[in-house]
Amino acid sequence: MYGKRSRFLTIMLTLGLAFFYIPMVLLVIYSFNHSKLVPVWGGWSLRWYYELFQSPEVWQAVSLSLQIAVVNATFATALGTLAGLAMVRFGRFRGRTLFGGMLVAPLVMPEVITGLSLLVFFISLNQLIGWPAERGFATITIAHITFSMAYVAVTIQARLTGMGQTLEEAAADLGAKPFKVLTAITIPQLTPALISGWLLAFTLSLDDLVIASFVTGPGANTLPILIFSRIRLGLRPDINALATIMILVIAICVAIAAIVMFRQQRADMLDRQMAEREEG
Amino acid sequence: MTVSSPSGAAPWLDQNEQQPLVQIKGVTKKYGEVTAVDNVDLDIYPGELFCLLGGSGCGKSTLLRMLAGFEDLNGGSITIDGVDMANVPAYERPTNMMFQSYALFPHMTVEKNVAFGLEQDQVPKFDIADRVHDILKLVELEDFKKRKPKQLSGGQRQRVALARALVKRPKLLLLDEPLAALDKKLRKQTQFELANIQEKVGVTFIVVTHDQEEAMTLSSRMAVMDAGRFQQIGTPTEIYEFPESRFVADFIGSANIFEGRVTEDGADHVRVQTEFCEVYIDHGHSVKVGSKIWVALRPEKIRITKTEEAAIGPNQVSAVIDDIGYLGETSIYKVALPNGDIFDVTRPNQTRPTHATQQITWEDKVNISWESSSTMLLSK
Repeated sequence: MYGKRSRFLTIMLTLGLAFFYIPMVLLVIYSFNHSKLVPVWGGWSLRWYYELFQSPEVWQAVSLSLQIAVVNATFATALGTLAGLAMVRFGRFRGRTLFGGMLVAPLVMPEVITGLSLLVFFISLNQLIGWPAERGFATITIAHITFSMAYVAVTIQARLTGMGQTLEEAAADLGAKPFKVLTAITIPQLTPALISGWLLAFTLSLDDLVIASFVTGPGANTLPILIFSRIRLGLRPDINALATIMILVIAICVAIAAIVMFRQQRADMLDRQMAEREEG
Repeated sequence: MTVSSPSGAAPWLDQNEQQPLVQIKGVTKKYGEVTAVDNVDLDIYPGELFCLLGGSGCGKSTLLRMLAGFEDLNGGSITIDGVDMANVPAYERPTNMMFQSYALFPHMTVEKNVAFGLEQDQVPKFDIADRVHDILKLVELEDFKKRKPKQLSGGQRQRVALARALVKRPKLLLLDEPLAALDKKLRKQTQFELANIQEKVGVTFIVVTHDQEEAMTLSSRMAVMDAGRFQQIGTPTEIYEFPESRFVADFIGSANIFEGRVTEDGADHVRVQTEFCEVYIDHGHSVKVGSKIWVALRPEKIRITKTEEAAIGPNQVSAVIDDIGYLGETSIYKVALPNGDIFDVTRPNQTRPTHATQQITWEDKVNISWESSSTMLLSK
């Protein structure tokens, strides 16, 4: 049964993978197309990469997106961690259920609603206190923090529940006051979750089009907004080049993460083997 | 190391002399509807190695966690060294705990793990180094101080956990199933090591365990716990030889327990009539004539004699060998009584059993008998 793979399964797998990856492969190939018309093949060329790097608009968008993503990821990780700690480590407190519900609400809320409500909020805030005078970096960042924080909180909650409380109890038992327990034990133990939470928030922000479109102002274009606005005027080969670069960057990040994880596993395995050898 | 040997061998008997280190009074813990610890009282004296023994869910770990300060009390009080612990948080208590999972900090080396507690107390750096070195020497782990916990074997981790808990010289060390994670051979060896270390450092130990052999080997006194209450508190010998209830008799070791009715209650003897024989006990018991009572007999205290003759007299029953289990050091005989009850009888295999020496075999008619001092009378 396991020896011979069913042909049906093989075909389905091929079709499935093709469905996922052919569009991306096409995108990459067409980014090297010399022709100005996307569907018409005009020979290999790096023309659109060159043009892309010549365009200040693209660089501004990349820079804005990265800035927003970094600030967002940092704040979302900090706030999300605190929220996760409150949910898992503070026992039962008044309004815990409500707090928990509100914490995950942004995960299920349609982006259009989140975006619209934030826009309304920023406009009324402007009328009340005169801030934000114009929408852009600050408003998009705040908007992104509100929803990506929820993802971080969920990640942290899962990790906290998974790792249990024994290490923290042991530290307290040895005389560490609550803040010391947090900094010396809890945070180091949370590091993997903090990193993945940060990366998650970073990607979510980099990726977001809908909410950013609502709360952005004139002149503040994030990368997705730029791509989308250009695509509306028709397929353009320089956008293909941009997308290819993004795919490359993401692939490199994933590869690094995989290598780091693999090395960690190997080190763990060697540690265990060493311990076992000495015991025997 | 400070060595404070307890004055006298049994401080719990000498209550005027010594102040208990730990006083547990009416302590109760409830989780919703479930009562985990039910109004228990206990005094523990300095230098004791006290075992809390019981099955899972009997409340022993909850009691230990309340002593450490991880659980709030729903009633009663805990006093350690004269101080009421009600409002003392875990990090200010004069106790340290050794966790069942050891709870070693995985991101710190052995040395750092052990030093952690001292660092919290702002002990001077050179002093920390000295004390860490001494305690690691005591548990024979000096060569491993730069290792991470992951790089240690189970037994080494267990010793790091012990060192980390001892290095602060607590008044009271709480050990939650300290040997449960070790394999059987290592566990037996470590039992004695643990008792030796306790003697050396002179710290009072409270050990939670579900393993009765461990409790018997380690403890100066022990408490048998069930359903959140102490069933009996005493030395291992007291608990084994003089159980106060059927639960304790059956929980510690094994016992053949059968019902009877008291027929005679003298100052220095008791007679009990049972379904298959009369039981004569050569010491007094506060029982009423005519009342129902349980008689318990330890399997190793019963003799088997191969004979065709019917048993006559008290403390003797005619029986048939139903089954034999060969355990190596001992053999266990399942003996069928006239009324259908099966008794367990154990006998040491002092000679190699061959066909010639294997005197008793299946379906043999035998008499079983016991000393009149061996019988345990249980009224509950």
